[in-house]
Amino acid sequence: MLTFYDKTFSSRLLIGSALYPSPAIMQGAIRASGAQIVTVSLRREAAGGKTGDAFWKLIRELDVTVLPNTAGCRSVRDAVTTAKLARELFGTSWIKLEVIADNDTLQPDVVGLIEAATILINDGFEVFPYCTEDLSVAMRLVEAGCKVVMPWAAPIGSARGIINRDSLKLLRDRLPDVTLVVDAGLGAPSHAAEAMELGYDAVLLNTAIAKAADPVAMAGAFRQGVEAGRTAYEAGLMEARDFASPSTPVIGTPFWHAVS
Amino acid sequence: MYQDKSPRGDSPISIIGAGIAGAWQALLFAQAGRDVTLHERSDATMTLSTSHWAGGMLAPWCEAEASEPVISRLGLRALDLWRRELPETPFNGSLVLAHPRDRADYERFARLTSGHQRLDARGVAALEPSLAGRFREGLFFAAEGHVEPRRVLPKLHEKIIAAGGAIRFDSDVRADELDGVVIDCRGLAARDGERELRGVKGELILVETSEISLSRPVRLMHPRWPLYVIPREDHLFMLGATSIEAEDTGVSVRSALELLGAAYAVHPAFAEARIVEFGSGLRPAFPDNLPRITIDAEERIHVNGLYRHGFLIAPALAELTLNYVARGQIDNEVMRCA
Repeated sequence: MLTFYDKTFSSRLLIGSALYPSPAIMQGAIRASGAQIVTVSLRREAAGGKTGDAFWKLIRELDVTVLPNTAGCRSVRDAVTTAKLARELFGTSWIKLEVIADNDTLQPDVVGLIEAATILINDGFEVFPYCTEDLSVAMRLVEAGCKVVMPWAAPIGSARGIINRDSLKLLRDRLPDVTLVVDAGLGAPSHAAEAMELGYDAVLLNTAIAKAADPVAMAGAFRQGVEAGRTAYEAGLMEARDFASPSTPVIGTPFWHAVS
Repeated sequence: MYQDKSPRGDSPISIIGAGIAGAWQALLFAQAGRDVTLHERSDATMTLSTSHWAGGMLAPWCEAEASEPVISRLGLRALDLWRRELPETPFNGSLVLAHPRDRADYERFARLTSGHQRLDARGVAALEPSLAGRFREGLFFAAEGHVEPRRVLPKLHEKIIAAGGAIRFDSDVRADELDGVVIDCRGLAARDGERELRGVKGELILVETSEISLSRPVRLMHPRWPLYVIPREDHLFMLGATSIEAEDTGVSVRSALELLGAAYAVHPAFAEARIVEFGSGLRPAFPDNLPRITIDAEERIHVNGLYRHGFLIAPALAELTLNYVARGQIDNEVMRCA
């Protein structure tokens, strides 16, 4: 089972609620993904942060745990204000914390992130910080009180998959007791499987599902990718080797096979 | 596909809502020789209507990127009806362009749509000389058109009257007060009876400049919305529209930045344009963002959920309603009977 701040979940896929062709397709995709946690954006769109009641109703119908995020926030103050707004609106102390440094790459501002996380944790929030794959940043977030750390695989919406595998692996090795989620940059179910094979506890997806030609089918494909990767991790992957290693004994192999 | 229902002979037709959905219903019924009255709560300026804030794109091929095939089917039929009733409607095509950084979105758009040809820089310049040297490539959807909602609605209203129909502005009627065949085209105002209906906010900006001229709408790739720069008469350009899950009114600073930024990306001369108007409308949408013609237990007809596609599909929906009332034909994809 997967644990986020003492709540347990069976699904290891977290899904976003933005960019779908219609709310009905969003609902279908979330159901097909099997996700039990759905991220929702507070800012970014509506003036004053007020998304329509009709849209919220469609999300509530899904009977999922809502993880509000501070997407689009560019400063510590902005992120903290948005988090407080989200707590009131959704009645949850959970917050996916994003502090964005750069508009083009949506790169996390890791310095601001640590500062905002500290403020919010002191205020009773349970923080899910979106960060880079840098170990020192992850350690500072854990020191600040984060029990979940969410490094990117690649920039948000880039669909490039894991571009720094060694660093992500190092994070897993060095933070064995922290819930680690790969957030952002995944484009294919194989990317999600790879993250799970590395021992990550979960992955978070939005664009790769919402912008697929068939989002509902793609949600199902990611669900399978996540399950395959997790099962493989639990089963224990074999180590890669430099040379071929036969899986059957070679002694007694007829020479016309041995020389082929 | 069709089943027989008893047609309702010559009873008078009452249509509520003179926006694009109701106007086309009234026109086709009046032309079919029926006794038509179109009721509109707004005055003739139609400023309360969602149609007042529409882009007026007739772009079934571009819309295929993010909508179901039924939108294309209705849209293609509607193009014929626009041509038939308003032959002066411009069909100069639409041009899809992308900033180099949105190249991936551009390729995705090309993959998910048909009916386009790929243009190189010379092709773009040949179509739109104002844009020469600005874009290395573009997608040209040659058969698409567009109308100017604030000019075309009054034209439709005139045609309704010419065809023998009556229009009553400032007439806030209820469906149960009316006799005969009632067709409810109130959009979001019909929420009392259509509980699944929601409003999706669309914001637009009208600017004026004589430095640029475009012969057709230009769609610029954007990660979230279909943003168009649509040329209007008198050197006006409509920039729009956003698509936001909210029901407030007005234009946010963020949306204004994005809309104006899109225009500036199409041509920097838009920086010198004069802002004429900021505005927003609420599009009526069902959860699947698809239109519905519902026939309720009292045999009233409700045409709603046209979402972002009002001008694109309204003529085809009117034809379906007419076929139902006159001949009992049911379109299983769009119609629901109580």
